[in-house]
Amino acid sequence: MNILIGGEAGQGLVTIGHLLGKALVRSGYFIGVTQGYQSRIRGGHNTFAIRVGVDEVDGPVEAVDLLVALDINTATLYRKDLLSGGLIVIDAALEIAGDRLLRVPFKELAKSRFSNIAALGVVGSLLGLDKGVMARTLSDFFGKKHPQVMEENLRVLEAAFHWCSGQTATVRKLPPVVNPSQRLMLNGNEAIALGSLSAGLKFFAFYPMTPSTSISQNLAGYARQMGLIVEQAEDEIAAINMAIGASFAGVPSMVATSGGGFALMVEGISLAAMTETPLVIVVAQRPGPATGLPTHTGQEDLELVLHAGHGEFPRAIFAPGTVEECFHLTRRALELAERYQGPIFLLTDQFLADSYRAVPSFDVENLAPVRVSTDAVSSEPYLRFAITESGISPRLLPGITEHLVVADSDEHTQDGHITEDLSVRKLMVEKRLKKGEGLRAEVISPDMKGNGNPDLLLVSWGSSKGAVHEAASRMRSNGEKVATLHFSQVWPLVPEQFMGHLQEAGQVISIEGNATGQLARLIRRETGFEIKKKVLRYDGLPFTTESILRELNR
Amino acid sequence: MVTIDDYGEYETAWCPGCGNFSILKAVKQALVASQQEPHEVLFVSGIGQAAKAPHYLNANVFNGLHGRSLPVATGAKLANPELTVIVESGDGCNYGEGGNHFLAAMRRNINVTLLVHNNQVYGLTKGQASPTTAEGFVTKAQPEGATSAPLNPIAVAVVMQAGFVARGFSGMIDHLSELIQQAIAHPGFALIDVLQPCVSFNKVNTYAWYKDRCYPLPATYDPTYWEGAMKAAREWGDKIPVGIIYRNDRPSFEKHFPVLSQGPLVGQDVDRVMLKRIMEEYG
Repeated sequence: MNILIGGEAGQGLVTIGHLLGKALVRSGYFIGVTQGYQSRIRGGHNTFAIRVGVDEVDGPVEAVDLLVALDINTATLYRKDLLSGGLIVIDAALEIAGDRLLRVPFKELAKSRFSNIAALGVVGSLLGLDKGVMARTLSDFFGKKHPQVMEENLRVLEAAFHWCSGQTATVRKLPPVVNPSQRLMLNGNEAIALGSLSAGLKFFAFYPMTPSTSISQNLAGYARQMGLIVEQAEDEIAAINMAIGASFAGVPSMVATSGGGFALMVEGISLAAMTETPLVIVVAQRPGPATGLPTHTGQEDLELVLHAGHGEFPRAIFAPGTVEECFHLTRRALELAERYQGPIFLLTDQFLADSYRAVPSFDVENLAPVRVSTDAVSSEPYLRFAITESGISPRLLPGITEHLVVADSDEHTQDGHITEDLSVRKLMVEKRLKKGEGLRAEVISPDMKGNGNPDLLLVSWGSSKGAVHEAASRMRSNGEKVATLHFSQVWPLVPEQFMGHLQEAGQVISIEGNATGQLARLIRRETGFEIKKKVLRYDGLPFTTESILRELNR
Repeated sequence: MVTIDDYGEYETAWCPGCGNFSILKAVKQALVASQQEPHEVLFVSGIGQAAKAPHYLNANVFNGLHGRSLPVATGAKLANPELTVIVESGDGCNYGEGGNHFLAAMRRNINVTLLVHNNQVYGLTKGQASPTTAEGFVTKAQPEGATSAPLNPIAVAVVMQAGFVARGFSGMIDHLSELIQQAIAHPGFALIDVLQPCVSFNKVNTYAWYKDRCYPLPATYDPTYWEGAMKAAREWGDKIPVGIIYRNDRPSFEKHFPVLSQGPLVGQDVDRVMLKRIMEEYG
């Protein structure tokens, strides 16, 4: 079932969406949220879509069961997507013709500043949600900060439920969930924040940039409780250099940004690599070039992140496909950064950043934080960049022992001092690249799902995971032999992990949120295998199940 | 007992007669006078001839990117406030490429000493104009003479009410060393703009040019009087004052972080019980 709430910025639709999502999760349903918004604080046209089900929901879909139109524009734009049996909830004061309308006298139910709560009550009642669960969700949300509005909120909720009980218009009710499981309602950015805290993040620097900003704000909100430092830097260049300084001094550090901000950080990436300083960089993608579409989604920066930083050095790039993966891959990124002493990337996008999901709690009490290197060193003098078999040198922290820790962005000797000795240079290049072999040995295999030897194999990466899975399973239910190969780690690529799947498939199609097929190109570069057909989306919106099926002519 | 020998003696890549030698000597003297052990000190530098200085003594060193020393120093100081953090780099690095960080560091008042080797020219790239180059100064890159007005770093720092603002001269080693000691002891951001000759590329602002002009501020000068400091900061030409131009007692940046009251961030545990509680708020 798909609920779409639409209206102008400032009408409180995110509040309705958030509270409805929370009430649904607390009632035991799974949800998948897609948020569409414009680069403005008031007016314009925004949407908050909640896909809900008793089982796990995949990606976003277009077909709408319940359209909550806070303005005429929403009704006009999305009426075509209304399923038979669907319903449009709209203010009785708005002039609109046609059927499947539930015209709500919001003015009678609530004072205008509470009309979003009235809308919430109407939707909850239509779906058959428990009024008590909704009331508790409201008090948890407003109770602490605004106790004075709670009474009115509850009265409006009651009035909305009461009004609905007298209506004949209905929408498909949700099947009840018996003994609902306790789950969290979490979006991608929140999961990244929690994952990083669980890994022991102690320093985070940022410059605000949509769609990464909520990672920063979540972490800032927990800084005092969790004992970490969050600093809004003067620019992205400062942010990454601060994180490198903090990491060099010995604390797990991370930065988060989007394409343009990341472009400013690029020299810092190279610095982290050269000084072998652990660092995690989160890049929440939005469409470019330049300022592009600030509040929309895309997968255009794989090649940017892969090649960012001058010179040659190893890296790993994770591209979480779900909110849970955001949590776990952030932990993994911090852990690998620490062990391999260099930059590790997490590549997400606006869709995933803002997509709320119902996820099981994480076992944060038993998940170990990253262990910051405290290698015992017996040799004198201490060599920060000692040549080793693995390329990983014993790391000490400045000021913690009497050993001196010296790092240089110039080519350096084993003790970290600047050198132009070209034989040393050669050894150091080899040492740094050696770490790439270790990273390669730990690559997460792409996820293969569906028929073996399929007629059609869909290749995807990152946040499109759910939509691609669902498109494939719909095709399978129509009797087609379809499989999916999804990459949640996009670098390094290890051909042995997936070449067999590519070769066994009748046809391979890559599905990417960019205009040129960046992963397909990368696979060809690394394996020689050319994925000829591509389904590409670059209009700023996330893949929906329908959009994939349409492109595949299904 | 820390002695000058603890800081070592190394071969450098500088031109004979460079002002950097005197500054290096003053730095070592100041560290010894402050009884700082080499492992308690972290030097952060950028790129340029001045930025190589930390390689020529014994200490922890992070020699990073051009212009970016202050952010690295800020991160390191926050992670471990027990480190004595000194940024050492040139006028191009700190006032040009890193200009925004210079302003932000003063606003934060991070407890870091910034030592700017100011020779009014780019040395390592062979003589182009720097942010402090005088208007009309002819270089290969500015054959008609530099066309931008020079930055006055001292005046900027005083306007920003930076915690500690001083000017030194490489030709006055003991005076400079004393300034560095006080800057290290100052609990907040400390700028020392050190005038120095570039023997290869600045034939105007030579050792003799500075020596004729630099004079120590009199004992009666009050560096806590901001209006007076503004006046001293603008004094440039036949007479150039050296010494502490301005100081105040703003709380240092680190004091704003409650977590640091428990000691350095380095080595602090993760409160997993608290994290569980935070996570449950999403339920």
